[in-house]
Amino acid sequence: MARITAGVTTSHVPAIAATIDGKKQDLPYWKPIFEGFRFSRQWMKEHKPDVAILIYNDHASAFDATIFPTFAIGCADEFLPADEGWGRRPVPKVIGHPDMACHIAQRLILDEFDMTVVNKMDVDHGLTVPLNLLFGELGPDEEWPCKVIPFPINVVQYPPPTGLRCYKLGQALRRAIESYPEDLKVVVFGTGGMSHQLQGTRAGLINKEWDTKFLDGLTKDPVALTKKPHIEYVREAGSEGIELVMWLAMRGALNDDVKEVYRFYHVPCSNTALGHIILENV
Amino acid sequence: MTDPKLTKYLDEFEDIPGTLIFNTYRSRQGFNLNQFCMSLMKEANRQAFKANEAEYLKQFNLTPEQTDAVLRRDWTKMMENGGNIYFLSKLFSTDGHSFQHVAAIMTGGTQEEYAKMMLEGGRNPTGNRSKKDPGL
Repeated sequence: MARITAGVTTSHVPAIAATIDGKKQDLPYWKPIFEGFRFSRQWMKEHKPDVAILIYNDHASAFDATIFPTFAIGCADEFLPADEGWGRRPVPKVIGHPDMACHIAQRLILDEFDMTVVNKMDVDHGLTVPLNLLFGELGPDEEWPCKVIPFPINVVQYPPPTGLRCYKLGQALRRAIESYPEDLKVVVFGTGGMSHQLQGTRAGLINKEWDTKFLDGLTKDPVALTKKPHIEYVREAGSEGIELVMWLAMRGALNDDVKEVYRFYHVPCSNTALGHIILENV
Repeated sequence: MTDPKLTKYLDEFEDIPGTLIFNTYRSRQGFNLNQFCMSLMKEANRQAFKANEAEYLKQFNLTPEQTDAVLRRDWTKMMENGGNIYFLSKLFSTDGHSFQHVAAIMTGGTQEEYAKMMLEGGRNPTGNRSKKDPGL
């Protein structure tokens, strides 16, 4: 049977994509950010997952304004990096796991989570930046070291799903993964966040204290985090801080008790407080 | 007729200063504007837009306010007319600008001032949580 061994969260800031693609990682501004993932890349190399289920949000790339699926899953053989206005990123194409993705989609629907099944889509920085941060700066002719199942959650058009709903989705995701007959090692990613606001006169909001409590809660008491209403995310962590509900979907897929293997928090990363944590099932 | 539960949910966001929440109503309002932005995900369209912006915009049936805001790159006005930042990112990427560039403009300051604020830890939430906060 497939099994979840760990969960990873990380911000997915688009400026990281621009930095990698422009090979500017050694600039003083960016160096500490990439240093912050040195441990994580080594950990990932040793951990060797077969499949990464990557929870992220599409930033108006695969889904235009005609449709905003709340929960979606990519069931295609492969996914190309999206052209977000400056051409496709020079990163490897993402190889999916259609059989497992179809299994998960069906199990989730029968488990009362009504997934949108996506048979063709491009993936944007929300998915490719976390892959870069954890697996390295690979070129378009290389391969990501594992299969990836893209799992987009809407946080662009309000209301997004509640934190509690995302957490319960994670719990159902775990049941779906663990009922897949092949013996596969699975890591679940929850991406986006932490505090940031990209719009209006309040742009640039950062709340280190709130973010730190969120990171603490993610490890030790995620159920308490599920009680936070959307308004708290926006008030305390900015209009785009709402992305953190996606971290709760990752957390729901893990054991109640987890070991926090690593944590990294850095301000600023462009407009954003970059947060990253690795949790292992114990 | 209004539904008190939904009204309360939506109204709470209106209390947050300097913030427009892209809800389903704004999504309706900005549909054509956002679809125009999506068209810029193709190089051929970016070229056509750059060649003649006003002419290119005609096919998207924007309101005069939306058209004017796009041509003047008034990001705040675009948002007030239903634009969403992730859709608008296709427009500013076409212009060769970053999220930080546009965020800085929306705050009313320069990009240097904004970048400095971010390096110093970002905008403090104190005084920025509610329109009722003192000092606003």
